Amino acid sequence: MVTVDPQPPVEPSTDAAPLLQMRGIVKHFSGVRALDGVDLDVRPGEVHCLLGQNGAGKSTLIKVLAGAHRPDAGTVEWNGRTANLSNPVAALATGIATMYQELDVVDGLTIAENVYLGHELAAGGLTRRRAAHTRTRELLARLGHDELPPHREVGNLSAAGKQVVSMARALSHDARLIIMDEPSAVLDSEEVANLFRVVRQLTAAGVAVLYISHRLEEIRQIGDRITVLKDGRTVATGLPVATTSTPDLIRLMTGRTVEQVFPPRRTVAADAQPLLHVEGLGLRGVFADVSLTVRAGEVVGLAGLVGSGRSEILETIYGARRATAGRVEVAGTPLRPGSVTAAVQAGIGLAPEERKSQGLLLDEPVYRNVTLSTFGRFAKGPMLDERAERSVARDQLEALELRPADPERSARTLSGGNQQKLMLARWLVHGCRVLLLDEPTRGVDVGARAEIYGLIHALAEAGNAVVVVSSEIDEVLGLADRVLVIAEGRVLHSGPADQIDEHRVLDLVMEGSAA
Amino acid sequence: MSDQLPPSLAAAGSVPPDPDHPTPLARTAATSHGGVATPSDQARSRLGGGAGRNVGLVIALVVLCVVGVATAGERFASLDNAMTILRLAAVYGVVAIGMTFVITGGGIDLSVGSVIGLSSVWASTLATQTMAEDTHWIVMVFTALAVGTVCGVVNGVLIAYGKVVAFIATLAMMVGARGLAEIIANRRTQLVEVDAFLDAFRTEILGISVSVWIFALVAVAGWVLLNRTTFGRRTVAVGGNPEAARLAGIRVKRHTMYLYALSGLAAGIGGLMMLVRTTSGASTHGQLYELDAIAAVVVGGTLLAGGRGTIVGTVFGVLIFSTLTNVFVQNDLSTSAQSVAKGLIIVVAVLLQQQFAARSRRT
Repeated sequence: MVTVDPQPPVEPSTDAAPLLQMRGIVKHFSGVRALDGVDLDVRPGEVHCLLGQNGAGKSTLIKVLAGAHRPDAGTVEWNGRTANLSNPVAALATGIATMYQELDVVDGLTIAENVYLGHELAAGGLTRRRAAHTRTRELLARLGHDELPPHREVGNLSAAGKQVVSMARALSHDARLIIMDEPSAVLDSEEVANLFRVVRQLTAAGVAVLYISHRLEEIRQIGDRITVLKDGRTVATGLPVATTSTPDLIRLMTGRTVEQVFPPRRTVAADAQPLLHVEGLGLRGVFADVSLTVRAGEVVGLAGLVGSGRSEILETIYGARRATAGRVEVAGTPLRPGSVTAAVQAGIGLAPEERKSQGLLLDEPVYRNVTLSTFGRFAKGPMLDERAERSVARDQLEALELRPADPERSARTLSGGNQQKLMLARWLVHGCRVLLLDEPTRGVDVGARAEIYGLIHALAEAGNAVVVVSSEIDEVLGLADRVLVIAEGRVLHSGPADQIDEHRVLDLVMEGSAA
Repeated sequence: MSDQLPPSLAAAGSVPPDPDHPTPLARTAATSHGGVATPSDQARSRLGGGAGRNVGLVIALVVLCVVGVATAGERFASLDNAMTILRLAAVYGVVAIGMTFVITGGGIDLSVGSVIGLSSVWASTLATQTMAEDTHWIVMVFTALAVGTVCGVVNGVLIAYGKVVAFIATLAMMVGARGLAEIIANRRTQLVEVDAFLDAFRTEILGISVSVWIFALVAVAGWVLLNRTTFGRRTVAVGGNPEAARLAGIRVKRHTMYLYALSGLAAGIGGLMMLVRTTSGASTHGQLYELDAIAAVVVGGTLLAGGRGTIVGTVFGVLIFSTLTNVFVQNDLSTSAQSVAKGLIIVVAVLLQQQFAARSRRT
């Protein structure tokens, strides 16, 4: 066990010459210091993990390495020489390839065209399609995806499929350093295993990987050393993964001690009113015969892999998809199927998985996002009362400890955790009593996760009915009172959360998928 | 961490949890308007990010006026000429206000020019052929407005419910409405000789012609509608992120239809004004007005991608273009030179707009 002092950066050990050495990197964006002195050493053949809360500067640092941003100060050395990372082409020529978190693939092009985008295989100005297809097929096979045809259009692929294409592109560059920005965010466990296999192959061949993830367990599995960023600075670098404890890492990231445990739950009274009742709900070709009841004060979790139909179940309850079978009742009143407006009026709120694309008006101020489903209520006739909106939004932001509680900021400037709180604030202002949360901690850093967990429990205890979907089984089991295990659009198991464990859930899911 | 949360949530005004009578955490917060927004907040939001851009538009207009005075002197700097500029601006100004809503809502309406023609022809046909002596001229007014609105509703239904891309649906209307106008008018210009009608619209109130008053009224109504009503807020939400708006419970399709109906109504008003200005209805009325309107909206600072719109900017955009036209006419310059200048203004304005958007995004 290594004791870690958060103040001075830990000097990296020097038993291997670093491939990449960054010193004192500073980057401003119109007055805001996104990076404020970042040091980073990456050795050949290692998996170097970059940890930090949202807003710590990880994305900016990656963009500096990818040549998308030029630092205002600091030095970058590559193999002991000053590196030229003035633009993306120069970064690739240096040997740095990047897999971005926002999938950077072009939907209208084929897999092969995406893989070789910007460095097309060409002879005399004509692209060599056949060669590109052959090489792409090899790359896909290396990634364990030889079933993907190189001529398939990328727009038809799932998010996980697009991630594979993005990985293939990074591999196609023969880079010496590959940056992976949350590659596992859209992958299920089998895909993650594939990813790790590829990472190990790469490192065995001397390629370094800079790995960014919120999932500590992944870092434990794949990482060699860790660098922690906080508020744009390196607070610790070169920490060995094997001997650094999780509480130490969390303390470094957040500057405070956070017990990453789920708070104990009060038992729900047996006679509590059922707020949400779903009976035999089905959506042809996606899921069938889903029944569940959520009482006031209860948290029900849906566990299952990506693509199991979890999110679709939530969206169908919410009316965003029209059910082909079954019915939904809120507090005993049947809901008109296929109508979001009816669901919202009945008091159901959905915090969607893709907050940015499905939930938020990114360029609008926070208060307008909070009141997006309620602004009509603040109106006198057709006229808006923005003063009332602002004050209600501000109260709610303060209640949810959304920092800073500034209703005028644009939603874009908030971190993932704060954006999630913003979604909750919207439905709380609405007075929703049934909350459907799809991946509430996706893209939320470890420190803020504990807050979201506490918040979910506080919501339940205040008498709301909560349904949580998550890919992380421990999260579902830790949060929920009752759990539904879902695979291939069917409910395989339904019961109290404390009578089932992670292994049993995984067993069920695997069996279900195999069947 | 979590054990600190319930009390702070209670601070929002919720009652203590009670399993039998569960109270949503913040229902009380929604009804108690405790906090007071500070004046600086208000000022910030009122001016929005638009203040800087509007300053640019004012400067552009002032520069044009200076050029006008320098080159044409008294002829430009007279009250009469100012009225000429405003009358020139009035028709497509009204259309541009309607267009601002459609574009803010994430769409485009290419049909407005043709709808001007169709509504003017329809109303003038009524006046010249079927209108009995005892029918009030107000029927003509309603006809023009109704024709415009119906065209807009057809656009809106096709786009919102038929899922036709806005560009294509309104392009079809642009071609179709123009053709229908030609059929109705038999390609002739129909002179309107209903004196009561012409008198009503050709008077001046406080020395300002009725058409300018209509433009002013539509602009003020548009500003209130976009900035101060639930309709305006929905428009911004639908244009900014339709999926988020839908999942927040806003009826996106219905609202989209309303936006095109509104634009059609504005075009109908434009047709009526055209009828008054030329004392005739003709299928050629309003040709290329859609492009002038879109240009004025974009120069004014409304995002072509939707989600942000400014009526004040649109009014400035309209005034800049009509002043430009006037300056060129006063100096006997060709309309071709005018078009080149217009093109340059559009490009410069959009470049500035992009820079502004990029800056606001980074902060």
